[in-house]
Amino acid sequence: MSNHSTELETRGELDPAPSPERFENPGLPPHRPRLSDTSPEGSKRAERQVAIIFGISILATIAGVWGYFAFPMDAGVGNVRYSTLSIGLGLGIGMLGIGIAAVHWAKALMSDVEVVDQRHPQRGDDATRAAAVADLQAGAKDSGIARRPLLKGALITAVAIAPLSFLVPFVGNLGGSWNVNAMRHTMWRKGTRLATDPDGRLIRPEMVTIGSVWHVIPDGLHEVDDVLAEKAKAIVLLVRLAPEDLKILPGREDWSYDGIVAYSKVCTHVGCPVALYEQQTHHLLCPCHQSTFDVADGAKVVFGPAKRALPQLPIMVDDEGYLAARDDFDEAVGPSTWERQRPIRGEDY
Amino acid sequence: MTTTTPAAKAAAATGDFFDTRIGAAKLVKEFARKVFPDHWSFMLGEIALYSFIVLLLSGTFLTMFFVPSMTEVHYPVDALPTTMRGVEMSEAFASTLHMSFHVRGGLLMRQIHHWAALLFMAAIVTHMMRVFFTGAFRKPRELNWFVGFTLLILGLAAGFTGYSLPDDVLSGNGLRIADGVAKSIPILGSYVSFALFGGEFPGHVIIPRLFTAHILLVPALILSLVAVHLILVVVHKHTQYPGPGRTNSNVVGYPLFPVYMAKAGGFFFVVFGVLAIMGATLSINNVWNYGPFDPSPVSAGAQPDWYMLFLEGALRLMPGQTEFVVAGYTVPLNILVPGVVVPGILFTLLGAYPIIEAYASGDKREHHLLDRPRNVPTRTGVGVAVLTAFIILAAAGSNDLIATHFKLSINSITWVFRVLFLVGPFIAFIITKRMCLALQRRDRDLVLHGYETGRVVRFASGEYIEVHQPLTPQERWVLVDYDPHKPLPAPSETNARGVARPDYKKLRRQSRLSHFFFADRVDPVTPAELEAAHAHHASAHGSDHELEHETATAGELESTSV
Repeated sequence: MSNHSTELETRGELDPAPSPERFENPGLPPHRPRLSDTSPEGSKRAERQVAIIFGISILATIAGVWGYFAFPMDAGVGNVRYSTLSIGLGLGIGMLGIGIAAVHWAKALMSDVEVVDQRHPQRGDDATRAAAVADLQAGAKDSGIARRPLLKGALITAVAIAPLSFLVPFVGNLGGSWNVNAMRHTMWRKGTRLATDPDGRLIRPEMVTIGSVWHVIPDGLHEVDDVLAEKAKAIVLLVRLAPEDLKILPGREDWSYDGIVAYSKVCTHVGCPVALYEQQTHHLLCPCHQSTFDVADGAKVVFGPAKRALPQLPIMVDDEGYLAARDDFDEAVGPSTWERQRPIRGEDY
Repeated sequence: MTTTTPAAKAAAATGDFFDTRIGAAKLVKEFARKVFPDHWSFMLGEIALYSFIVLLLSGTFLTMFFVPSMTEVHYPVDALPTTMRGVEMSEAFASTLHMSFHVRGGLLMRQIHHWAALLFMAAIVTHMMRVFFTGAFRKPRELNWFVGFTLLILGLAAGFTGYSLPDDVLSGNGLRIADGVAKSIPILGSYVSFALFGGEFPGHVIIPRLFTAHILLVPALILSLVAVHLILVVVHKHTQYPGPGRTNSNVVGYPLFPVYMAKAGGFFFVVFGVLAIMGATLSINNVWNYGPFDPSPVSAGAQPDWYMLFLEGALRLMPGQTEFVVAGYTVPLNILVPGVVVPGILFTLLGAYPIIEAYASGDKREHHLLDRPRNVPTRTGVGVAVLTAFIILAAAGSNDLIATHFKLSINSITWVFRVLFLVGPFIAFIITKRMCLALQRRDRDLVLHGYETGRVVRFASGEYIEVHQPLTPQERWVLVDYDPHKPLPAPSETNARGVARPDYKKLRRQSRLSHFFFADRVDPVTPAELEAAHAHHASAHGSDHELEHETATAGELESTSV
């Protein structure tokens, strides 16, 4: 290390060679003294400032600890705010005070004369490198790895496969049953009644006025084992359109009831609930990525990143006059998977 | 050692204790007066480090009260907030509410933790930009660039796993999007989804699994890589900006003890203080307003944390028509491209950039002097182009908010962003590169002709000139101390003996890349050029050369201030 007065006398190994094409480095500019360097009052004033800022920090910390005791949390939401504010400001100003004081101390009172240190190339010198190579060669020779290919092969194979008896159980258990076909079914069955989400009231067709939209779950959802997983697949949007607005797709003539249609609420893009219904245009909008589906036309995609129409739930009115499913969806709901269009082996799907 | 005050004696005894046991004197000698260069942009990495420490401290507080369980409970009817009384929710969500409303300082620590996470990512990204645009990643620091790049990825992982833990509606929908992206992977998608969730979404294990990743695996990796990152900074010694007295083989700055102890140590307290004040006064992620996770409800205008916005935006922009079915198998390119391919390409380019640029330049030297961004126009242009793509995607991730705030059609905004994403980066590249070249020419102009003083003088002959003041050698040095690469020459198809070279195609590829990087360049002024410029002035204006240096004589002439 050297001080700036001895700069640039030696050209380091990492510097470019001198050339008439290049200017000479003029060296460090002269040091300019600060007020606190030249006048004792200036330095005294800086010292006082640093002390005052430390003092503010000390007071703030005391206030923060006081805030912990002053605002018990069970006395209402107001105290949550006061407790958070007092402890937080105490902590914050306490920390900030230390920081500002330390930085001010460094900038105003510690030396600001620049110091020069030399760098050296990362590369070791030739002798060191030769010694390192010799060491490695001696070790390799000692182990005889090059002369004993059998040992080399056995070592590599053993080490390469040893992790398997850790990884196989680790990965093997991650997916539970691994029954990925479960994604293709929901709990809707023939006769499962439609119920309102979340309070589970059954729905009669006359309750569904034109233009209204109902968030629907299968009746009996709360009795199943895994409510959230079933709900995540089974949620449905129920909409009634004026019959003249509704275009009924071929093959789905009996899937709707007097202008009432039910579609899966799980977006065919990445699975967000498609929850926004625009009455005027009959469009359903997914709030996550703005895929837009036309309810009047088979919930086909009219805009956005989804490709497939929302699966339609075939509905009917049962003997007691409630809306009920005719069957499960005829395709997997939700985001696309590689195998979603393939038949499930051993199952007539 | 000659002082004999009790304090000095105690210090000497302590020093002796540690030196005779762990060789402390050697360590102190090596590091105490180690020199670090000073520049505001070197603090960006410090902010990342310090916000990480704040994350560890506040996170430790949170683990004392958080219950990483998806067991359904009913929130107590006598607990705050009143809106959640009796509501069915997971223990994770219930414990999040409890620590916010019934643990003193709990809400504060949650908010500090969330703000610190946002600042951590912002500091990493801006630090990485500083390293990129100044060329600090060049040899010998390529490995450290890669360590830092891995830290960026780990930071994203830490943010994503932590964001999902409270098990509220918003984060649950975030997980559902992650599930949808996982399912889109060809062949394995459904199994990846099952592996994540332990079965069908949402299952009962994702919160405990994310918790383990968030508080153990990811922070342990971050901590160890931070150690490697900092050790390599010490091994390489910090880079410095070019300037008078700075060379490639020295480091000019202030010693670690006491100046950087005070400045960098103090800066930790500044970062902590600012984050604590933010946690105290700025509420963030008020999960009790969203409610516990339920697959059915969703709120419009929901945004992920800022560092995830670009992925969200990419998902929003990709048109759905790109999903197709081949031989009965579904290939959802509408999700694969934005969710896997685009980030894959962007991150691979980012991680491999030092190798790409070294390949194009053929440069094997060590570099410790930073580049001024203008002096490497193509790199700066590439960086701005990638940033532009990132910002456009992030804005597209807010397209619904843009639509509602500015009363615009969501469809047209989406179309504008689709076009912008494809065109914007190229335009940004061209504009940035041209700006860099223009700035370099202006630098040349300044070196050759000096500052315009605004003083116009008239000669006895009637000619007017403006007096220029030449740069001091220190000022000039900053503008001429760079070393522009020349593109590698196009290789010949045959070697000296007329035989076809087997590596011709490889060399041609390298030469073409090199041309892309370095064909357009502005060389620094050489002493000969400066001499010639002065001579030109002298011959053109007769006594003008004198004028530049002895402006006192200008008093004899009519002078006008412009």
